Amino acid sequence: MSGIPEALSALPAIGLVFQFIGYIIANLTIMSHTTVAVAIPITLAALCGVMCERSGVVNIGLEGIMLVAAFVGWMVGVVCVGILGPGDPLPFFGVTAPLLIGLVAAIISGMLISLLHAWLSISLRIDQIISGTIINIGAAGITGYMYSLVSGLSPVGAGAFTQYQVPQGVADIPIVGWLINAILSQGPIGLTCVVIVIFLQIMLFRARWGLRTRAAGEHPRAAETVGIDVIRLRYKNVVMSGALAALGGAWLSMESVGNFNAGITQGRGFIGLAAMIVGRWTPIGAFGAALLFASATALSNSITISPPAGDLGSVMANVPGEFWEALPYIITIVVLAGLIGRSIAPAADGQPYERESAS
Amino acid sequence: MSHLRSQRTAGEAIGSSLKLLAEPAAAFALALLVGGIGILLFSGLVPGHKPFDIGLPIDAYAALIGGVASFDGLTATLVYATPLVLAGLGVAVGFKAGLFNIGGRGQFLMGAVGAMAVATAIGAQAGAWVTIPLALLAGGLLGGVAGFVPGLLKATSGAHEVVTTIMLNYILVFVTYWAISGPLALPRAPQPITADTGNLHASLPILIGRDGNLGIFIALAAVPIMWFLLYRTTIGFEIRAAGANPDAARYGGMKTRQLIVMTMSLAGFMCGLAGAVTLLGVVHQMAPGYDTTIGFDAITVALLARSNPIGVCFAGLLLGAMRAGAQVMQIRAGVPAELVDALQAIILLFLVINVLRRFLARRSGRRPSLPVPALPGTVDATLDAEAAQ
Repeated sequence: MSGIPEALSALPAIGLVFQFIGYIIANLTIMSHTTVAVAIPITLAALCGVMCERSGVVNIGLEGIMLVAAFVGWMVGVVCVGILGPGDPLPFFGVTAPLLIGLVAAIISGMLISLLHAWLSISLRIDQIISGTIINIGAAGITGYMYSLVSGLSPVGAGAFTQYQVPQGVADIPIVGWLINAILSQGPIGLTCVVIVIFLQIMLFRARWGLRTRAAGEHPRAAETVGIDVIRLRYKNVVMSGALAALGGAWLSMESVGNFNAGITQGRGFIGLAAMIVGRWTPIGAFGAALLFASATALSNSITISPPAGDLGSVMANVPGEFWEALPYIITIVVLAGLIGRSIAPAADGQPYERESAS
Repeated sequence: MSHLRSQRTAGEAIGSSLKLLAEPAAAFALALLVGGIGILLFSGLVPGHKPFDIGLPIDAYAALIGGVASFDGLTATLVYATPLVLAGLGVAVGFKAGLFNIGGRGQFLMGAVGAMAVATAIGAQAGAWVTIPLALLAGGLLGGVAGFVPGLLKATSGAHEVVTTIMLNYILVFVTYWAISGPLALPRAPQPITADTGNLHASLPILIGRDGNLGIFIALAAVPIMWFLLYRTTIGFEIRAAGANPDAARYGGMKTRQLIVMTMSLAGFMCGLAGAVTLLGVVHQMAPGYDTTIGFDAITVALLARSNPIGVCFAGLLLGAMRAGAQVMQIRAGVPAELVDALQAIILLFLVINVLRRFLARRSGRRPSLPVPALPGTVDATLDAEAAQ
């Protein structure tokens, strides 16, 4: 008896689910594009985390590295525009000299901050979370200080890279057209990111570097006995990975919008960290997790811009807008809490390594 | 190494407690020097100054000190220090248990929302004697809930508190926006804004000068209470034991999972109290966009104090003075107040790399020793892991 009213009350809910699916299909092209775009800085941060933690160094300074790189890329662009002028954009990606110089500067700045983290956590063996926290506080402080000095002078930036114009035919390919379109219709950093995901996945599990990195992260002492220089390897990984997080930062200020504002990263480095954990410390997994988190953002954007009609619309109108904005973070926590038991960190992750001869 | 540390002589004990003060002092002085160089390098960007204007850092620091060295400046220092000390205690108690609470921002906001909710609900009818204690309690409790959740997640699923507290911060920022523009919004206001606690018998009474409110004394009272809790009660012993060596604590029969949940809740309570005191004592009213930098500031305070409650009091005062002075510096010398955030990081950097000890070790030709652990437990655990190998 009691089952019938329940079934009846469930019917409108099923209707809503179908409406929701219909809404997503109707907005698939724009939403899938947004999802991939939003996932890019998160993925790059997560890849930086994967490279560090697979070799045994926890890096929560990702957020700070991205913030500094975003600022440096934009700032160097501003200076170059001042000296060289804006320059003529090349036919692909709207590349100009100031943009290119800014990007290189951003990458170098990210590697330098990573070098600081490497020195603190590998050589000085300081608690790696504290080292990362110092980088985050310092990055927010220094970029905030510099930006509040510079913004008063109404600076002219170098603009942003433009995205690849996918030929019209691609989006019309049945079934997979939207997906190819979403992945390809990105800027240079975004496309590079997709390539790096695949490259790093292969390198980590099929190449000598990956084997050594994983050995250093799982059992550094054993790695050392077979002739791997653990300290040197960790340094190399942490510094190189800084370039990845820096690309993520540069994406924010040079590809997404051609501008900077204080705290532009908005926790993307931390979400990247969560994506790394959810993706079980693999590049492909991290990319997948980043896409999941990003899809929440894409959904919330889409609902704000074009609210769904009908019953679904009236239900969603009662949900506060803040809920949709908080959704990516809520999903992150839920997935993290649900998956964590099955997602195991490298054994020596976060433990400083000391050679036996040195102790 | 750790067993050697416990057998030190009285002379070493005095020396080490002097060093405890000397190291933060050296880090602070060096950070000011580096900050001064930073101001100098970019002085050309400050309106009315030439590039590499040596006068600017001097002006800036003079304004910073001048902003503190007056009765009003000292009161402002105490007012700024109040939430720093309360939230600093919250982060410190987490450190003692080996937990890294980066959720201060969200817990602080929940404290403000909880206090505002009570003030809005009963403030108009009930008097100040009822409203203020209840509002403070509600703020602390709601902050405690914001600490309880990551604690529970850590205890049940092992999700690292660093990531979950940060994610929760962003969620709670949106919860706060929602509360301000929804349930707590003043009816018939043109823009979403909460009521003024002054109209609700909920503002903390001013006891010192122009704006030295009751919160100062709440923070001052919290310091010995937290010290007593940590060093003179069983719970405090268990918290410290779990931080120093979680395995030993568990084999010793302590319920480490419950300790994690309880410590995170207590940490959240303190940060929530900081939020409630700031709302009722200083800002009185919230508009959308209400936010705080207390999360990272409290970490700085706890690290500077090496998680000692008495040290938190002094570190809070130091940072409070910098915050109070920075406002004056920005107005008088045109140097952005964000300088203080950068200085915080530089102080911490010099503190953790033990500049003073490294310098002294180099002078005497010795190899610098292992840095003193800022987080109790982490280095001890590492030593144990090495001993086990």
